Amino acid sequence: MIKKKAQYKRFTRSKIGNITYFTILILAGAFMLLPLVYCIVTAFKPLDELLIFPPRFYVKRPTFKNFLVIPSLLSNLNVPISRYLFNTLLITAASTTLSILAGSMAAFVFSKSHLKSRNLLFTVVQVMLLYNVVTLAVPQYLIFSKTHMIDTYWVYILPAIPSAVNCFLMKQFLDGSVPDALLEAARIDGAGVVTMYWKIVMPILKPAWMTVLLFSFQSMWSTVPGGTIFSEKLKTLPYVMSSVAAGGIARSGSAMAITVILLIPPVVVFLVTQSNVMETMSSSGIK
Amino acid sequence: MQLPKMFKEKDGIYKKEDKVFAILLLPFMVTFFFFSILPILSSMGLSLFDYDMVSSPIFIGVDNYIRMFTADAVFLKTIGTTLKFAIIAGPLGYIFAFLLAWMINDFGPIVRIILTFIFFVPSLSTNALYIWQIMFSSDSYGYINSFLISFGFINEPIQWFQNTDYNMLLILLVQLWMSMGICFLANIAGLQNVNVELYEAGAIDGVRTRWHELWYITLPSMKNILLFSAVMQIQSVFSVSTLITTLVGYPSVDNSVDTIVSYISDVGTTRYEMGYACSLSVILFMIILFIRYIVGVVLKIVGKNE
Repeated sequence: MIKKKAQYKRFTRSKIGNITYFTILILAGAFMLLPLVYCIVTAFKPLDELLIFPPRFYVKRPTFKNFLVIPSLLSNLNVPISRYLFNTLLITAASTTLSILAGSMAAFVFSKSHLKSRNLLFTVVQVMLLYNVVTLAVPQYLIFSKTHMIDTYWVYILPAIPSAVNCFLMKQFLDGSVPDALLEAARIDGAGVVTMYWKIVMPILKPAWMTVLLFSFQSMWSTVPGGTIFSEKLKTLPYVMSSVAAGGIARSGSAMAITVILLIPPVVVFLVTQSNVMETMSSSGIK
Repeated sequence: MQLPKMFKEKDGIYKKEDKVFAILLLPFMVTFFFFSILPILSSMGLSLFDYDMVSSPIFIGVDNYIRMFTADAVFLKTIGTTLKFAIIAGPLGYIFAFLLAWMINDFGPIVRIILTFIFFVPSLSTNALYIWQIMFSSDSYGYINSFLISFGFINEPIQWFQNTDYNMLLILLVQLWMSMGICFLANIAGLQNVNVELYEAGAIDGVRTRWHELWYITLPSMKNILLFSAVMQIQSVFSVSTLITTLVGYPSVDNSVDTIVSYISDVGTTRYEMGYACSLSVILFMIILFIRYIVGVVLKIVGKNE
């Protein structure tokens, strides 16, 4: 979908323009990259190098020890670490899958159905792009409380399903990628709505739901329980990891090691979905 | 004669399909209603009540609204902080995201992907916050503190996140660091999709500098994306709370950096003053909607001749 850049002569920058351009780019790059580099370097520092004053921005004798001691740092918990990992994996998988399914079905209806109310409903969805789970947390708390969902997995999973941005991105992509004629042809062949959705729309929509997968995964993976979870058994991996980060200088190596570990899965998901994301985001405009 | 019949048949098919479409819409709409619409409607209703979640709500009219503006210094402070934060971090992050995308766009595909990746990584996981916590940790081993001490700028370690002179600035910095997310990606994709023929036509029509090109061609042709990323930016700056509660804690010294979202959650889920929390939420919803309107108006100016 992304068009190749034509090889025509662009205006060249002046010399000063060039210097400014690269200065800004290098400064911005350093600002974005240095904290991550520091994090990775610290994660591989042995204890004596962690305690060197002043701290160094490089590591002389890299070690995996900070990673290896993580289990023992977390061993005095009442709940085994595997349970936290399980919780995070469960809520991430469940809400990502359900959000993709519900959102893509709705996107299909908003884009291609003849329901009279679809435009009105989609306008409401567009307005809700402004309000995320954080903004709505307290009013949602009321609903959880009235429906006795407090302290269950549902408080993580259910509010993440009707994500306005997920539905929006898939609808905009669908508008531009599935021609009505294609569905008309399917109708003539006797295909029902469900067949059209599953056999035609979903395969074409793949870049969009891969993108939604990235955004859902990214937000659910770093979910920490708010005021709606009390049981230790239902808390998440980032929550328990944050207790290590609070452990002071001697533990800073392990805290950074944990940060590195927690960053790897979303990075992998991004690298896998990267080209799809670019394809989808180009149709993300609000008309 | 053939045509009307065909239309009728089509209408028949559509009617049949409508039912199935309605069913497909159901899972999204039901959850959407319960977790997005109902929270907003119920806050509007409950904002007129005194409600502690145990006894039944007592109708008190607009007392909650009067209270927040006349008798609640913390509200005034937190809403002030939120607006200040939004007005600085919002446009700053938005422009930074566009500027970087625009600069990156000049490179070939491979360099572009690498740079995109570098800028996008910090926003991938909120856990990355801990990096800043450790870099700016308050003892002299904190990277920044020891750096400043060893060069003689300071003698005593600074408690960065507790010090009201620095904490807002630091939080803005961290927010900026983490804000190259969805807007940034949308901008990159949008820039890639600007029709190159427009640039060629522009060059013939007298566009002479890159700034002209940006203002008259690039920005207008990605207006929709600009609006989308503006909406996403508004959503993210007004919902900032985890960032601050993680780095600074809640409440901060003098409520210096507490945002309205943290305050609402304190009033609602810690003190159980649900009616009041709902009225605060309603104000927040209205402010967000208002800002969205203003941004829509401002973006209309883009690409216009003065």
